[in-house]
Amino acid sequence: MKSTQSPLAKSPAKAPSGISGLDDITGGGLPQGRTTLLVGGPGSGKTIFALQFLEHGAQDCQEPGIFVAFEESSQRIVANAESFGWKLDELQEKSLFFMDAQPSPDLVQSGDFDLGGMLAALEVQIKEMGARRIVLDALDILLVLLPDPPAIRREIYRLHQWLLAYEMTGIITLKADGDQTSSIGQQPFGFMQFMVDCAVILNHSVELGVSQRSLRVQKYRGSSFDENESPFLIGKKGFEVAVARTLDRMDANVTNERVSSGVVRLDTMLSGGYYRGASVLITGFSGTAKTTLSGAFAEAACRRGERTLFVSFDSDGSEVIRNLASVGIRLDDYVKNGSLRMVSARAITGSAETYLVRIKTLAQEHEAVCLVIDPVSTWSKSGNDLSVQNVAERLIDWSKAEGTTLVCTRLLDEMSSLVEAGSPLQISSIVDTWIHLNYLVQAGERNRGLSIVKSRGMAHSNQVRELILSDAGVTLADTYTAGGEVLMGTLRWEKESAERIAHEAHDAAVKLKRVKLDAEEADLEVRLKSLQAELTAKQTEKALLVRATLSHEGEISQSRTRMQELRGADGETPTEEKPQ
Amino acid sequence: MSQHLIFNFRLYVAGDALNSAQALANLTNLCKTRLPDRHQIEVVDVYLEPKRALADGIFMTPTLIKLTPTPTRKIVGSLNPMQPMLLLLGLETSTA
Repeated sequence: MKSTQSPLAKSPAKAPSGISGLDDITGGGLPQGRTTLLVGGPGSGKTIFALQFLEHGAQDCQEPGIFVAFEESSQRIVANAESFGWKLDELQEKSLFFMDAQPSPDLVQSGDFDLGGMLAALEVQIKEMGARRIVLDALDILLVLLPDPPAIRREIYRLHQWLLAYEMTGIITLKADGDQTSSIGQQPFGFMQFMVDCAVILNHSVELGVSQRSLRVQKYRGSSFDENESPFLIGKKGFEVAVARTLDRMDANVTNERVSSGVVRLDTMLSGGYYRGASVLITGFSGTAKTTLSGAFAEAACRRGERTLFVSFDSDGSEVIRNLASVGIRLDDYVKNGSLRMVSARAITGSAETYLVRIKTLAQEHEAVCLVIDPVSTWSKSGNDLSVQNVAERLIDWSKAEGTTLVCTRLLDEMSSLVEAGSPLQISSIVDTWIHLNYLVQAGERNRGLSIVKSRGMAHSNQVRELILSDAGVTLADTYTAGGEVLMGTLRWEKESAERIAHEAHDAAVKLKRVKLDAEEADLEVRLKSLQAELTAKQTEKALLVRATLSHEGEISQSRTRMQELRGADGETPTEEKPQ
Repeated sequence: MSQHLIFNFRLYVAGDALNSAQALANLTNLCKTRLPDRHQIEVVDVYLEPKRALADGIFMTPTLIKLTPTPTRKIVGSLNPMQPMLLLLGLETSTA
């Protein structure tokens, strides 16, 4: 992380130390052209710190350096530094000079002396190679040879003035008695802490049998700095100071891309899955399928072709694969083709800090896009609460900065409540999605319940669902609520059957009704037809009647005419009065 | 036998610093009284010959080196008190 526009850096020029994290703490590095005092107990990493500073200057900053070794011989220092991959041999030819200044064991001291010889020798060397940086390692070895405290004081001032005159960026390392860095104040050269422009204290302590290293910048004239103790680690590449969050920390790239959780219905509950680069926390008691859920995520990631690192603290990688295969999560193919890397972290011992650095290294080696840590709560066993908390926060911070999607599980104590009260590892507030798994005891059964406690930036279901593990895989069952309770297990099954039966009965009733109506309809239609037939008959009858009447009248009139014809003489009138 | 050995000294001084001047005075004085006519003193000023100081590994001044008779001995400081030096040179016992 470059901090060129850092709010901390608007102060005197700084010499980048090359120590990851320290430049963030100090806002750019050690004070340029001034002296830094490095104090630490035995084995606290003073020499490595100083050497890394020189190496970085010579290798990357075109600032040649001189290492004055009062304690160890330069050959041994170079040999010891080999393991960090620093090419000191190459550098030694032009931009790095080691001066062996160990007082010989048979040296006799008689009376007062000064450091004129050393300064004269250094002057030549500085001019010759254009050195900008200098380290005086274990200066106390030389100082104790001086006959009295005033002489020590005089020589320290001489050295300091000399360093300032040559504008050398210097580191002077001093021993502190045991672990008590405060005890340096009582030593004759304790006043050096007041004299120099920057003082860094290295601490190496053991807590509950776990080694903890920490670094603290005690003073830094003319610059703001992070005043807290920061844990550090001497890793494969030298010093690594852990910084949780500095003011100039760059925001991680956020995307709206979703990644599947591996469980289709859980994706639905999260309205599409986890965000890419998000941190997901799965909490639950033992046996609530935390590993299964994280395994499902890993499988889904591998299926998408994303490189995944699975760190398991509870069991071996092969065990996890076997166990997950029983619920239809097949990871072995992905392990074979290299997209999934299983790491059993039981082999790793050490502080939480060590875990973090190793996980980081492994993830970088594997180029992992998705990371599963199962469970992170193991960390709370190692080291003090503060550092564990710190490490977990930095893990999340780091994964966000890298854009890695992180799924971590956390075992809850059966006795404790759902909330993390009393737990040293309270990371639920900094994760993006928190899924809680629980046993719900109901009607003599234990069933697994899943609920989403929180999920930032997305709509999510508020319901408790039943998590079902089967040969076919992991799924979430439909929920039935009755009397305000989510029904699970047998109760759910009963409810499901009851509903099915009720449905069938309803279907039958509907059918019956339809048949009845059909029958009635048919009946009515038949009746309608018969009535129509009757109507036609009546109409025919009526027509016949009319025609019959007409013909009868015709016949009567004809017969009367015939009678008149037969009588011959009769007038018209009588025939009309006496018909027949 | 040792009475006839020539003592070869080399004294590294830092310019005209007080302790360097003291060391030179003390050494000269000692040679006059204890080693008359059988001593040689070479004075090297580290400010004038810093490369030599670097090559010889002289970091504290004044530093006195007794080159002969062997073994070579190195004494750092203003040679005040004189006692440690006399013991080292083997002069204390022989002239007592």
